[in-house]
Amino acid sequence: MAIAWQAAVWSGTFPAKLFPSLATVADTFVRLTLNGTMLVAAAATLFRLLFGFLLAAVAGIVIGLLMGRVQWIEDALLPIVSFMYPIPGIAYAPLFVLWFGLGDVPAILLVAAATSFTVIINTWKGVKSVKAVWIRSAQAMGASERAIFAKVVLPGALPYVLTGLRLGLASAWRILVAVEMLMSVTRGLGWLIFGSQQFLNTDVMLATIAVIGIVGMLLERQVFVRLERATVVRWGMMSS
Amino acid sequence: MAKRIDLRHVTLRYITDSREVLAVDDVSFTVAESEFLCLLGPSGCGKTTIMNMIAGFLAPTKGDVLIGGADLDGTKHDRGVVFQDFSQLFPWRTARRNVEFGLEMRNVPAAERKRTALEFLRLVGLADFADVYPHQLSGGMQQRVAIARAIAYSPGVLLMDEPFAALDAMTRDEMQRLVNDVWQETKKTVVYVTHNVAEAVYLGDRVVVLDAHPGRVKAEIALDLPRPRDPLSAPFVDAQRRILSQLGMH
Repeated sequence: MAIAWQAAVWSGTFPAKLFPSLATVADTFVRLTLNGTMLVAAAATLFRLLFGFLLAAVAGIVIGLLMGRVQWIEDALLPIVSFMYPIPGIAYAPLFVLWFGLGDVPAILLVAAATSFTVIINTWKGVKSVKAVWIRSAQAMGASERAIFAKVVLPGALPYVLTGLRLGLASAWRILVAVEMLMSVTRGLGWLIFGSQQFLNTDVMLATIAVIGIVGMLLERQVFVRLERATVVRWGMMSS
Repeated sequence: MAKRIDLRHVTLRYITDSREVLAVDDVSFTVAESEFLCLLGPSGCGKTTIMNMIAGFLAPTKGDVLIGGADLDGTKHDRGVVFQDFSQLFPWRTARRNVEFGLEMRNVPAAERKRTALEFLRLVGLADFADVYPHQLSGGMQQRVAIARAIAYSPGVLLMDEPFAALDAMTRDEMQRLVNDVWQETKKTVVYVTHNVAEAVYLGDRVVVLDAHPGRVKAEIALDLPRPRDPLSAPFVDAQRRILSQLGMH
């Protein structure tokens, strides 16, 4: 891909201002990193991401567990969740601006709202996937309802819960960058790309896109892959 | 410690697609303390259903199940259960922590739990695999852990539902010898569900032969061959022949 890109640059088909060479992008990346712009933007975005994601994770896991274990809650919420789940979170963005104004708060809430459905659905499926023979074994050994929940349902649902969190984080990451372009936040990676457009700073845009990719990959590798290796992969409940 | 089991006129009906099915019809039998009873019958004879009622997973439509002379109290009563399904072990717990589960439910302190679990893993020949997760064990080893887990907290009765049906023939023979040894060592009251005549003759003090559709008791056959039994001996073959003729297969 790098070779094709560089070949396109050298062919001169596109103006260099719109199609910067890799060297230019790398230079810009180093410059923005050294002067702190990139770090400030990345920190602002990560702050929103983690807050929004944590809200979604906690709410999503609680609601998903309740839906999986309590019949009337499942009956009440499943139609709503099924309806909301496929709606792209960004569709709510203008609405959230009207409700909560501009800035961090609506951005975080929107990330949380959009992400929570993925976590809810997967947690709920996870509870449903808990094998009947595990529950019966626990009952036979004298486990109370509470012990069954804590010591069988929770670990039994974990592969799905982790998958939900992983997908949730990826979707939170995607929506957040878009949200930052729409919600007039004062800093952030999305804002950096959006703001660069007016000045034709394509090198800044590309350097930022690269950072988004790298951060996303690090979160995936360092957090989820490790978490899965320590739990569900080790237990043979999921292959690595 | 071992408890007797009484089934009195146990009947189970259930409804599917607005049709009423009589699964178990007026079944009565008693299992004495420390007796090894095999429930034998073709598929559809309700043997698993009967076991589920003794285990307290299902309530009979009519009749009573008594453990140690008392009505069984839902899921709280005193029994260990081994299922056919290898996946009955908790995959997130090592073999030892699986065996500890029942002790944990009885608030046994951690050190004692560990000691007891190791003792029972030794009893089933898996002391060296205490810290291994179930997915790293073969099917036969997983079933051995399941047996250790079902007796580690000293239940009065042990219920086994075709625990070796999904194993290869050689491993199955080995497992049957192990169950025989474990039973002679622990003297539990055992109800063992099987459709395999040789297995019933190898293990049972008594065999209750069931009829299918609806499930009812067809015959009870006492076996007093000395243990461990020799499947090639004349009395063993003769006992098999008697049971097969009860099943109408010989």
